[in-house]
Amino acid sequence: MTEMYVLRVNGEDRAVADAWLGESLLYVLRERLGLPGAKAGCEQGECGSCSVLLDGALVCACLVLAAAAVGCNVTTVEGLQPAERGAASAVQRAFVETGAVQCGFCTPGLVMAVEALLDRDPEPSDLAVREAISGNLCRCTGYGRILEAVVVAARTRGTVTT
Amino acid sequence: MTVIIPDSVDAAVRALAEHPGATALAGGTDLMVEVNDGRRPLESIVAVGRIPELAGIRVADGALDIGAAATFSRLELDPVAQFAPALAYAARTVGSPQIRNAATIGGNLATASPAGDSLPVLLALGASVAVAGTDGRRDVPVADFFTGPKRSALRAGELVAGVRVPIRRGPQDYLKVGVRNAMVIAVASLAIAVDLDAHTISVGLGSVGPTPLAARDACAWAAARADWDDDAVAMSADDIARFGDRVAAAAQPIDDHRSTARYRRSAVRVLARRALRRCVG
Amino acid sequence: MTLETGTRVTGGIGQRALRPDGISKVRGEFAFAGDLWAEGMLWGQALRSPHAAARVRAVDIAPALAITGVHAVLTADDVFVNRYGLEHRDQPVLAYDEVRYAGEPVAVVAADHPETARRACAAIAVDYELTDPLVDPEAAIGAAPIHPDGNVFRDLVIRRGDVDARGPVVVEGTYEIGMQDQAFMGPEAGLAVPAGDGGVDLIVSTQWLHNDRDQVAECLGLAPELVRLSLGGVGGAFGAREDVSLHIHACLLAVRTGRPVKIVYSRGESFLGHVHRHPARIWMRHSATPRGDLVSFEARIVLDGGAYRSSSYHVAANAACFAAGPYRVPNAYVRAIAVRTNNPPCGAMRGFGVVQACFAHEAQMDRLADACGVDRVELRLRNALGPGDELLTGQRIEGALPVADVIRACAAMPLPEAAPDDMLARPGGAGRTAEPADVRRGTGFAVGFKNLMYAEGYMDGSVAHCRIDNGVVTVSCAAAEVGQGFVTLVQQIARTILEVDDVIVAPPDTSIGSAGSTSASRQTMMSGGAVEKACRAARAELEARAGGDRLDVTMLTATEPVDVTVQYDHRLTHPLDADGQGDAHVSFACAAHRAVVDVDPELGLVRVVHLATAQDVGRVLNPLQVTGQIEGGIAQGVGLAVMEELIVEDGRVRNASFTDYLIPTALDAPTVDAVLIEEPEPGAPFGAKGVGEPPTISSTPAVVAAIRAATGAPCTRVPVRPRDLVT
Repeated sequence: MTEMYVLRVNGEDRAVADAWLGESLLYVLRERLGLPGAKAGCEQGECGSCSVLLDGALVCACLVLAAAAVGCNVTTVEGLQPAERGAASAVQRAFVETGAVQCGFCTPGLVMAVEALLDRDPEPSDLAVREAISGNLCRCTGYGRILEAVVVAARTRGTVTT
Repeated sequence: MTVIIPDSVDAAVRALAEHPGATALAGGTDLMVEVNDGRRPLESIVAVGRIPELAGIRVADGALDIGAAATFSRLELDPVAQFAPALAYAARTVGSPQIRNAATIGGNLATASPAGDSLPVLLALGASVAVAGTDGRRDVPVADFFTGPKRSALRAGELVAGVRVPIRRGPQDYLKVGVRNAMVIAVASLAIAVDLDAHTISVGLGSVGPTPLAARDACAWAAARADWDDDAVAMSADDIARFGDRVAAAAQPIDDHRSTARYRRSAVRVLARRALRRCVG
Repeated sequence: MTLETGTRVTGGIGQRALRPDGISKVRGEFAFAGDLWAEGMLWGQALRSPHAAARVRAVDIAPALAITGVHAVLTADDVFVNRYGLEHRDQPVLAYDEVRYAGEPVAVVAADHPETARRACAAIAVDYELTDPLVDPEAAIGAAPIHPDGNVFRDLVIRRGDVDARGPVVVEGTYEIGMQDQAFMGPEAGLAVPAGDGGVDLIVSTQWLHNDRDQVAECLGLAPELVRLSLGGVGGAFGAREDVSLHIHACLLAVRTGRPVKIVYSRGESFLGHVHRHPARIWMRHSATPRGDLVSFEARIVLDGGAYRSSSYHVAANAACFAAGPYRVPNAYVRAIAVRTNNPPCGAMRGFGVVQACFAHEAQMDRLADACGVDRVELRLRNALGPGDELLTGQRIEGALPVADVIRACAAMPLPEAAPDDMLARPGGAGRTAEPADVRRGTGFAVGFKNLMYAEGYMDGSVAHCRIDNGVVTVSCAAAEVGQGFVTLVQQIARTILEVDDVIVAPPDTSIGSAGSTSASRQTMMSGGAVEKACRAARAELEARAGGDRLDVTMLTATEPVDVTVQYDHRLTHPLDADGQGDAHVSFACAAHRAVVDVDPELGLVRVVHLATAQDVGRVLNPLQVTGQIEGGIAQGVGLAVMEELIVEDGRVRNASFTDYLIPTALDAPTVDAVLIEEPEPGAPFGAKGVGEPPTISSTPAVVAAIRAATGAPCTRVPVRPRDLVT
């Protein structure tokens, strides 16, 4: 276990040393790079709690072999949001304001999925939203407030945020 | 343990030869599930998902040449959506958006699960798998590619380089039965392709046998019963129903924790009937 | 001065106050128990039995100890007191001479990397002698005991009126409910840190800190003061965190190694590592007059409690007491039996025994209505319980229970539009299986009710503490926030009573007295009540200091803080006697659901389109949070109706993963419209009722009734599978 490799995460080069090469990107982000925003819900790609962007595409970090993601751009929720403490993107604020956050475990993954959705489809239909977040399981909310959050976010995104 | 990231197919093949215990990795949506579960000891990995030669989707000589590393997200779009719509339909049913952005058609083939979503379509379209190994390249018809549940014609050290999908002129479709409306492994699936030039009807069945199945007799019977025209095919409602029965008879379903053989066979009957009904318009 | 309306403050009672942890959760900064880290931390892992029943002849840990990076391997011999349990200590911390369920822990390992810990577990050689597992709950009743405490957790009978009375119209049926799982998103996690005083600190996701603390202390042989628990962020609970899971294991390893030990379950281990909803087989017989007035009700309920007791004793009581549903029943005989088998242990899950009963009684009520030729909603109205009526237990309803109101309000809600002509909206979705002509729509209606709070004489209380220091208000309560929004409620209550804007909610831990469990829809009343009581006491102190002057909170607490600790208890309840009679419950809540489903009958595929509901909530404390509980509960009810079941064969779970234990995705969730019926509950803080459970209770039978309407299939079991609809 004496390999070293470099991952590009949230725009920064991050060195990973002394790692077992079978570790998933999810494990490396959480346990080695101090980025616990992506959550380990199933480690099978079935819940979406670990969603990150890999070269701009929404993927499950648990299914990415970290050592093979060398050369890719990884974006986590920490990289997608305003840096200032307590600040939030339009999507994040919409989640809070519509009551779409209960336990919050699925939330960062959903934020990633919704940001990715609205980037490519700024005014998605209800069915399009449901399909876009169909890879993110939520057990607390029943999705109702989440769908409302996306409607609000679509409206407020692109306007000046604090 | 080593991770090798080759930049060409030849380099990948060499790496597999140099590390006999190596596993090829593309999207990771099958392999990493096993690794995370502790069910797959890893010696070395040859990561092939970003090899440029494997990325392309080209239209040439009446076929789609799809690189093994093409993800299902890309397969939902043109040119696949235009020239092999059944494959685009199947791609849309794979896992979730996250899975579709990572999972590749090469991986779907190499894993060779009888429930693989693209496989019945590739079978119905008469595709062939481009295989690369130290002995060079070879093409294996999809019909010969699957040898058992999760077993394929790939030899040690070989890699799926791509799949060549003939462009068929005519209606085609893919229907998949799952208990949930997303992220579900098929309990039964069916692909159908009507070729208005060759006057053939082809079917691929998923999750109802040890491998994807073809239902050739049923298809030959239906093609003979059909009324062929330049731009359409017609068939009576009774014959469509009989087609359903014949395709169902070709299935080899089992009972498992997802469903029963009885249900699967009845589902295939319904899928075949509805799929053909859609194709005859 | 009335403080009830909260109109003078922002974010008070009744308002759409936002949760205080919302920003940190959306930013991924909120610390779930699984996000914790400590210097020198080791990873813990349990080795679990693959067998449902076996004698353990030997456990060879030497191969595991030989692996580099392994710091400890513990077995039953290393546990000071090797018995734990939610109320009755019938379960080993680590199996000693036998295992009673597939998944039972046999050994635990601490290592420097989770992969090392996993390999170490795999290296432990256990010599099992397989025995025949007892997996049939009916057979378990009379079978040789598989545990010294016997095979029957509870066998209770309710007799009311004339048990032989029978009306002319008779309907009977047998119903089955499969094993549902709570399937919270955040797997079990905790970090145990050995303390310098020989004790241990445990940060853990749980529903009840103090009950866990007591079990950890007993099993480690430590005085309770030496075991300190604090709440790690909880990723959902729904009953699955009432029982101890990794707590004792982590503390054992921490104390043994002298290092912090973190345990995080994989999803597969999570499915094996917590209790599930009791599978049930229920026979019911209703009789009525030709007009549809209920004359008699009989039921036999068998609940499979699995290998260890957990809360089976109380689940059985709930199933029995609420077996007939929210209707007046003059004569009844109910028997509920919870049994021990070698199946996976079952215990609390949102709805707690009433989910199972409601599926059965609502199926029966539909059949009874049809047999009488009476409209199904009308039949329910005709028999609806109201104030002053008696339950099966003879208890008279003295609080609010607007059954007729929820029925009428729900039935009056507009039906949804026809589905859009989009494949994605039809059953089968992107699977392209159905054309519009292949789809049938059906509507179904169901009503349910359940107790809030614990029962049968249990002395329940909650402690809260309010401190105001130099104007800073801090409220402490050990109530576990599991996602439901209790932390928001604390702020709302304190803001309303103290007329301040900022309220610090202290992190829950065992340094304060117990708040009881986050379960039984009890925290709003019990801990909300404790917080209210503490804030009122603090306010009284402020007013005393102000001596009639305006309240300047900062000035009044500048030199001396206000510091009050109170306990809130509910009124006394009583045990059930030999005939199941007694004033056993504190409070009740009811709800009605109407489901609309689209079904493809040839393939048996179902799309749950719409759920309308009217729920008895007492008083809406936070509209956002009430809506969230209703929509979330309905999703779980939909899951049980059409897709959720742990498949257990010969005691082994076949689908312990999200691949095959399916919960609803966004494409499976119905649109929900809810009407909130506010009839304040006398004696309840703010008149409010807990709202978490009713949405899971009658939503399932409403969906199944809709499927029956669309297909004609009898659907006597849940979940309904495609093959149940296809002939």
